[in-house]
Amino acid sequence: MSWFIENVDLIWGLTANHVALSIVPIVLGFAIAMPLGWIANRRLALRSIVITGGSLLYTIPSLPLFVILPYVLGTKITDDRNIVVALTLYAIAMMVRTAADALAAVPADAIEAATAMGYSTWTRFWLVEFPLAGPVLLAGLRVVSASTIALVSVGAIIGSANLGYLYTNGKQRDFLEEIVIGIVASLVIALVFDVVLVLLGRVLMPWTRRRGRTRFRSILPVEGVA
Amino acid sequence: MFTANRRARIATAVIAAGALVALAGCATSNPTGTSPTDSATGPKIVVGSFAFPESEILGNIYALALKNAGYSVDTKFNLGPRQTTIPALKDGSINLMPEYNGNLLFFYDTKNTARTTSEVDAALATKVPKGFRVLTSSPAEDKDAYVVTQELAKKEGLVSIGDLTKIEPFSLGSNPQFGELAYGIPGLKSVYKIKDVTFVPIEDFGGPDTVKALVDNAVQVADIYTTSPDLVAKKLLVLKDPENLIAAQNVLPLLNSKIYSAKLAKVLDRVSAALSTTDLIALRDRVEGSEKAQAATAAKDWLTKKGLLK
Amino acid sequence: MQFFLDAFRWLLDPANYVAGAQSPLPIQARIGEHLFYSVVSVVIAAIIALPLGFYIGHTGRGRQFVIGFTGGMRALPTLGLLMALFVIVGATVPFTQAAFVASIIALVILAIPSTLAGAYAGIESVDSQTVDAGRASGMTELQVLSQIEIPLSLPLIIGGIRASALQVIATAVIASYISLGGLGSIIASGIGLNDNNRILGGAMLVTVLALVVDGIFALAQRLTRRRGFSDTRQQKTHVRGRSLGPVTVAGTTADEGKK
Repeated sequence: MSWFIENVDLIWGLTANHVALSIVPIVLGFAIAMPLGWIANRRLALRSIVITGGSLLYTIPSLPLFVILPYVLGTKITDDRNIVVALTLYAIAMMVRTAADALAAVPADAIEAATAMGYSTWTRFWLVEFPLAGPVLLAGLRVVSASTIALVSVGAIIGSANLGYLYTNGKQRDFLEEIVIGIVASLVIALVFDVVLVLLGRVLMPWTRRRGRTRFRSILPVEGVA
Repeated sequence: MFTANRRARIATAVIAAGALVALAGCATSNPTGTSPTDSATGPKIVVGSFAFPESEILGNIYALALKNAGYSVDTKFNLGPRQTTIPALKDGSINLMPEYNGNLLFFYDTKNTARTTSEVDAALATKVPKGFRVLTSSPAEDKDAYVVTQELAKKEGLVSIGDLTKIEPFSLGSNPQFGELAYGIPGLKSVYKIKDVTFVPIEDFGGPDTVKALVDNAVQVADIYTTSPDLVAKKLLVLKDPENLIAAQNVLPLLNSKIYSAKLAKVLDRVSAALSTTDLIALRDRVEGSEKAQAATAAKDWLTKKGLLK
Repeated sequence: MQFFLDAFRWLLDPANYVAGAQSPLPIQARIGEHLFYSVVSVVIAAIIALPLGFYIGHTGRGRQFVIGFTGGMRALPTLGLLMALFVIVGATVPFTQAAFVASIIALVILAIPSTLAGAYAGIESVDSQTVDAGRASGMTELQVLSQIEIPLSLPLIIGGIRASALQVIATAVIASYISLGGLGSIIASGIGLNDNNRILGGAMLVTVLALVVDGIFALAQRLTRRRGFSDTRQQKTHVRGRSLGPVTVAGTTADEGKK
């Protein structure tokens, strides 16, 4: 434990960086995946393009993507934006399918009722489809959050100063304590993010506490992210 | 149902989003090294390092010494091997690197024949590309070395690299690029006439994995750097290099000419002059041995001991 | 675009396939290793996770545990896990086996959640009326499981294994940083030599390998789906979650595969 106490500043700094590197991909991935998911439900052809594109993205391993992106983006090779862009791509890939499925699962009668009330597509989306898809979207977002935070650490291999540094540095010095502290810190970030997302869901979707929850539960077998 | 608390909900969302952004914004950019000073003058120095502890120690030494001299300093450590740090210097990600003169010369000129410190320094001065420059090299040296266990050396009568013909076929462990660098496998074959060697890539710059591979006899020969505390601790032997396959490897700063000034050179020259090979071994031992001091701490203590910090 | 073409040329260069070439070549040897590590990990994970998933899906016991467990696993940083395991395993096991043992343990841990989730979600998804019909006709619980629930939920079970296989293939890449072979060593040497052909070529190989394996699993899912005795009926019971059931299992778990 003495190493931990002596290096609290380092660990805190790395944790803050780790958080910073995680937030943007999670938020941006969600924001970009939503319209893509919506479009995917308009046409079957578009759906297969979006869904296939998403799964194709998954299969690209992260490490080479981090290394190649500077050449594609024209960024500096030590620029953390490379990692942010790569993780955003993965977040989109993860989220787009959930977004499409969640919107597809909105009951048709609710949409028809809204249309009958004279809602425009835009208003209907925000007032009917988005809130009703909310619980599933939240579950998807929690998955994206946990995965992104875990994935950030790979960036340490190419010099990004996040918690992954403790893994590579610890391995180089045959020093288990440092690695384990890094893992625990990463898990704590994931837990805090998850709690924030759940609370945000409760506040934004108060009706899920009363009803509707069970309806969506069966859809997502891995809903409850720890 | 959607309108009753809608405003409150939107407000909460906005606050939450704002808090996240604020949290992201307060993150520091360089938790592994020193932070930039506010009242600093002159060009902004960004010190890089290779992805092994000694380089990080040296990077910290440069960073702290310059910061102490009033420069604004940032750090980007653990970038990888030279094949990553040189592009990082080129694109301006970093502008100062602790380097090793022999291997740096090899990087720029694979056919060079310079071997001693003075030969290498002289050649390097002409080979460093425009826009970059090196400063005076330190007496401190950390060489790549062909290393075997003392046990194997005794059993097979291994003294110099050429003796490795006695144990062919054998395996050699080192970082992936060693398989293709002039002082690596190609040199072993052309200079020392070794024919049957299997290259085992071990991604840790002669660190604990490489040492373990050697001790466990997974490889019979390994590229371990001469400042490794494990050379003594694990009873290893550095094979002699009579053909001078491996050039001198004195520590020296490589920098972007834009940050050069006589004042900066003076600060780094003082550091280089004070640093010895024994210091390097001791510094590595503090960081990689049982103490597990952080590189920044070891660097600061060394600078203080040498009276290089105000 | 040019470096994609260059990398493609590198991939097609016969010189990179000459047997006995120096590591990280020849390419086919690295593909073989990569497949070997992946198969071993996925099989071990299946041996552990499938029975557990069947039990949970059949009895409904421990459901909360699995939900928490799979979620928590997702947050586990694989790079850290790999390196921690390597330090732990390396303290007792010789170097040649340490990288292999540590990597396989890490990859198995990575593969268990998806496989487990697929297995229990699959069993759970089987229409309870069908299960009750089986019981009414005198089947034992084991018979209900093996003759009704498992055959009917095979597409979902395979979907879980499919997701874990993709994760394992993508993640085995970073195991080269603890000196495991496989396609990761091509990428690592590319990074070491600043050789884009190897970095990109290696990445393409991993992607293609993942797509091929994914295709095989997709085919297996399709074939097993046809085997169900009440294909249309099963569809009907899942009308709302039509694409959600299987897709979500795959979609939510394949995602962290790049660690």
